[in-house]
Amino acid sequence: MAHIRVQKDPFDVAQELAALQKKGADMGALVSFTGLVREFDDDRRITKLTLEHYPAMTKRQLHAIAAEAEARFSLVHCRVIHRFGPLHPGDPIVLVITAARHRKAAFEGAEFLMDWLKTKAPFWKKEESSNGSQWVAAQESDDLAAQKWTAPTVKPNGQ
Amino acid sequence: MITCLYFAWVRERIGCDEESLSPPSEVGNLHQFLDWLSRKSAAHAHALSDPTILRFAINQDYATMDSPIKKGDEVAIFPPVTGG
Repeated sequence: MAHIRVQKDPFDVAQELAALQKKGADMGALVSFTGLVREFDDDRRITKLTLEHYPAMTKRQLHAIAAEAEARFSLVHCRVIHRFGPLHPGDPIVLVITAARHRKAAFEGAEFLMDWLKTKAPFWKKEESSNGSQWVAAQESDDLAAQKWTAPTVKPNGQ
Repeated sequence: MITCLYFAWVRERIGCDEESLSPPSEVGNLHQFLDWLSRKSAAHAHALSDPTILRFAINQDYATMDSPIKKGDEVAIFPPVTGG
């Protein structure tokens, strides 16, 4: 069962990993990804990043996608924590932890969840930087990354 | 009555984060709803001028232009998401 939290407060990665590890012995791999606020984006120095979200949709969609990730990659557990509100360079924004019997499933499950969070989770970032204040634009590279999970599987002969 | 929610720069351009709206009965899908909504004020027209750079949800699920809309629905209008 996935553990999902959307919160204003910071999270402690070590504590979250330990909590998940306690859930059972049927896991051989634990993968964690932490997303942080960058200090520089191109030549802009970021001073503050404010995350806005759509709580009802976030909750509904996150539970659905976490359940899909668990089924698709045979994850034993997964944990997703996403923050909102004002953040500063170096602050953690998002944490994804996946637990599986083998590492490949844990790595892939974490990547799948992050690609989905980047392209579908209803969060928006407003950045304050040396260039003033602006809404962060979506990246095409994130859409392309997410598409690979829905693309048809390449046949063994490469055709 | 339809509850309409706005996020990020859509919210800023329209000037509020939520409205209760009663579109006429011939508004049956998202495309028709946006047509009607964009005539509400200059701010709405400005925010909704290019639907290709917007994303939509009906009752917290992503929606497309032909998605049906009915009384009691929660419609959300926002830019492409930038979470993670």
